[in-house]
Amino acid sequence: MRSFLFYLVSILVGALFFAFARWLGNDYLFFAGYTVLQFIVLATAWNILGGYCGYVNFGSAAFFAAGAYSSVALHKLAAGIDRYFPESLAGLAHAILPLPIPVLIVIGGLVAGLIGLGTGYLTLRLRGAFFAIATLALAVVLQTLIVNWDFVGGSRGAYIIRPSDVPILGSYIEYLFLVMLILAVIAIAVARIIERSRLGFGFATIRDDEVAAEACGVPTLRLKLVATTISGALMGMAGAPFPYYIGYLEPGSAFGLAYTVNSIAMPMIGGTTSWVGPLVGALLLGTLQQIATVTISSAVNLLIVGLLLVGFVIIAPKGIVGLVQDFMRERGPEGSRPTWRSWLSSFANMRPGAR
Amino acid sequence: MSFDLLINALIAGILLGGFYAAVTVGVSISFGILDIVNIAHPAFIILGSYIAYIVNQTLGIDPILTAILALPAFYLLGSAIYKVYYGAFEKRGQDSLRGLAFFFGLLFVTEVMLILVFGVDYRYVQAAYIDQTLHFGFVDLPLRMLVPCVLSLVMLGLLQLYFSRTFIGRAIMAVSQDQLALRLMAADPARIKRIAFSISIATAAIAGAFLIVIQPVEPSVGREYIGRVFAICVLGGLQSLPGTVIAAMLLGIIESLTATFYGPSWAPAVSFGVLLLTLAFRPAGLLGR
Amino acid sequence: MAGPLLQIENIGKRFGGFVALDGINLDVAQGERIGLIGPNGSGKSTLVNCMCGTLQNETGRVLFDGHAMDGLSAHRRAQLGMARSFQLPRPFNTLSVAENLRVPLLFAARARHGSHLSHDEIEARCHELAGLVGLAAKANRLPRDLTQVEMRKLELARAVAVDPKLLIADEAMAGLSQSEVDEIVALLIGMNERGVTIIMIEHIMRAVMAFSQRLVVLVTGKKIADGPPQEVVSHPEVIGAYLGQ
Repeated sequence: MRSFLFYLVSILVGALFFAFARWLGNDYLFFAGYTVLQFIVLATAWNILGGYCGYVNFGSAAFFAAGAYSSVALHKLAAGIDRYFPESLAGLAHAILPLPIPVLIVIGGLVAGLIGLGTGYLTLRLRGAFFAIATLALAVVLQTLIVNWDFVGGSRGAYIIRPSDVPILGSYIEYLFLVMLILAVIAIAVARIIERSRLGFGFATIRDDEVAAEACGVPTLRLKLVATTISGALMGMAGAPFPYYIGYLEPGSAFGLAYTVNSIAMPMIGGTTSWVGPLVGALLLGTLQQIATVTISSAVNLLIVGLLLVGFVIIAPKGIVGLVQDFMRERGPEGSRPTWRSWLSSFANMRPGAR
Repeated sequence: MSFDLLINALIAGILLGGFYAAVTVGVSISFGILDIVNIAHPAFIILGSYIAYIVNQTLGIDPILTAILALPAFYLLGSAIYKVYYGAFEKRGQDSLRGLAFFFGLLFVTEVMLILVFGVDYRYVQAAYIDQTLHFGFVDLPLRMLVPCVLSLVMLGLLQLYFSRTFIGRAIMAVSQDQLALRLMAADPARIKRIAFSISIATAAIAGAFLIVIQPVEPSVGREYIGRVFAICVLGGLQSLPGTVIAAMLLGIIESLTATFYGPSWAPAVSFGVLLLTLAFRPAGLLGR
Repeated sequence: MAGPLLQIENIGKRFGGFVALDGINLDVAQGERIGLIGPNGSGKSTLVNCMCGTLQNETGRVLFDGHAMDGLSAHRRAQLGMARSFQLPRPFNTLSVAENLRVPLLFAARARHGSHLSHDEIEARCHELAGLVGLAAKANRLPRDLTQVEMRKLELARAVAVDPKLLIADEAMAGLSQSEVDEIVALLIGMNERGVTIIMIEHIMRAVMAFSQRLVVLVTGKKIADGPPQEVVSHPEVIGAYLGQ
């Protein structure tokens, strides 16, 4: 019953926002909203490995860019079918390509997921600190590879031309917004399902004490690989539509530091123990940054994010969600009858593995 | 393949490696001995570079001299950071996630603040030896690389002496291995660790001066060094200073050869690639532990 | 079943230059109650870690239930029925006492009656285990609300939750009162009577003598005695190295 309610509410909220933005008739809201939704996906994805398992990923940009560049590569393939495909396959290729965005998303997710799996397999046997450093390394290596790969434009970048016909809706940005909205709901749903499952329970034990988890029979390496793959895949899925959103993609922007910093800062500020934290963090910080970029400058807005991250990590390690939880716990006596507060917190399911 | 080119590339690599050792020694201390993953170390190095730059611009003082004068300030900075780290994280118990996020935040904030103050233009210093090169036959020894390399080895030699001969130095080496024994020797582990961490940040001042002597600097340069520093650290076997020097030289040579024969656009991938491979296949380092 | 449940053959482990274990040989038969004693730092916990897969031994091998444990991860060995408690308790700090006990039930416990435990059965078993060590009242509390002694009891209960064939209790009774010690000894003997082989590592000689059918003594990484408790405690080398202290 609770799950049904969750999906209903999230679809309603999304639909409402969409209708509101449409009614306003201002495309800017769609552009800004897309960015915020993108961050919701990235933050939620990061948190699956970072918050639930305790393994920090400093290479979110790498997975995001992997998804983005998969789309670019496929776009280039579609633009030059007769050049790249033998005669026998050209007909088939013309029928399939260019691929629609949802398919690109799936492919971006697969590519990024595989990269996550590979990186994890190489480094997850070591301590969490080494894994974190390895993810840093991954981002740089991947960026260097892309910079040197002329097919996708290398350092010169690549232009992506939007298709002329738009499925379902009026303008292209509305279509992209809708796609990202659905992706955000999917990401949150995945996080929520994990939290309430045996998998999420295992994640929590890994985060709390990996050695003890092993002694209790938890297959830690396998679970960590699952987390890395799912997390990476979701990030790649967020990146797949990006070239179509931005029109021109070059490695500097695809591998931008903003993605890495935000995907870490949003869950850590929002709260890492449940899906609510990344959502809250992304909504707050994402909106804040949109305002700051327009009013001040993009460098200052990143500075604010960085300072907030450091501040929260020191002072409020449980994030906004944690602060709210503490506040609620202090007000209500233990064992009192269910109040609207306890109902709210069980709806948000604020502890992984709790049933 | 021209022999002259090869020899010069090798020598450039060795000189570069000497410099890399200075850059890395701070992390060898904080990560290898204290088990603190200070990924913000490159940010402090860049900070040192910019301080050297300002003093050089306004007062005309040699950058390396500036760094030596700035050592106390960096030492205090290290102390302050360690106190925050200790109070917020180590005392509360195991939570490496937050520690990592903390240092990442520091790295990031430092970089952005430098961008806001100095902008993204490359900065460089003026000093007598920067444009000079010694020639021995076909071998070229640019002084701007030779001076930092030699001084770096001197600095590492002094540190090695400190760690093996003085009481505090030996206490620092011991603190990673046996805190109880340390307490019994009437040394406070927290204070010892704080001293060690402060030393590690102090080395960043010197490394920063070396950096801006060798190459022009802009705020994001620090991030390239994260991979190099940890690659050298892991390759060199974490706790060993001699291992750090050897690993640094090795990485310097590999990078130099790659840049000479394959082009500089592949350079960043080299150190990070080495790091990934080392972590995957020989995490105990070349010399093992 | 024929053959010993556990065979430790020539186990060796070094940490850098320090030899922690030096060619340990030990056979444990099904259903035995073994006491493992020795001074601090003699390698008892290291031996347990090597047996259970938390550490990799450099030489020798471990055979459990006829299977070679070479290369098997710790979780796999737990699933095969080898459980241990940690000398310094390692609870899952964000999980309640009951949830701590649920972990091994979900991931390690051998299926009972040929089928997986249902959600309600698991809940019941969690509370049963908590009650077994006197933590029933605190089943929904977090480990940080427990005393040191209660954390040790949780540690032991969690190992019991694995439903093991072999249970290794590593100094589970440190700091317990006399009556609590007797309780735990009775608990372990009861488990043993139901078929669980148990190795008890302890410094509390009263408990060790009451519990063990066989006593093994480890000193600086070597096994110096292995036999009936009364004989072993009168052994001059054992008295000199450990008991005389």
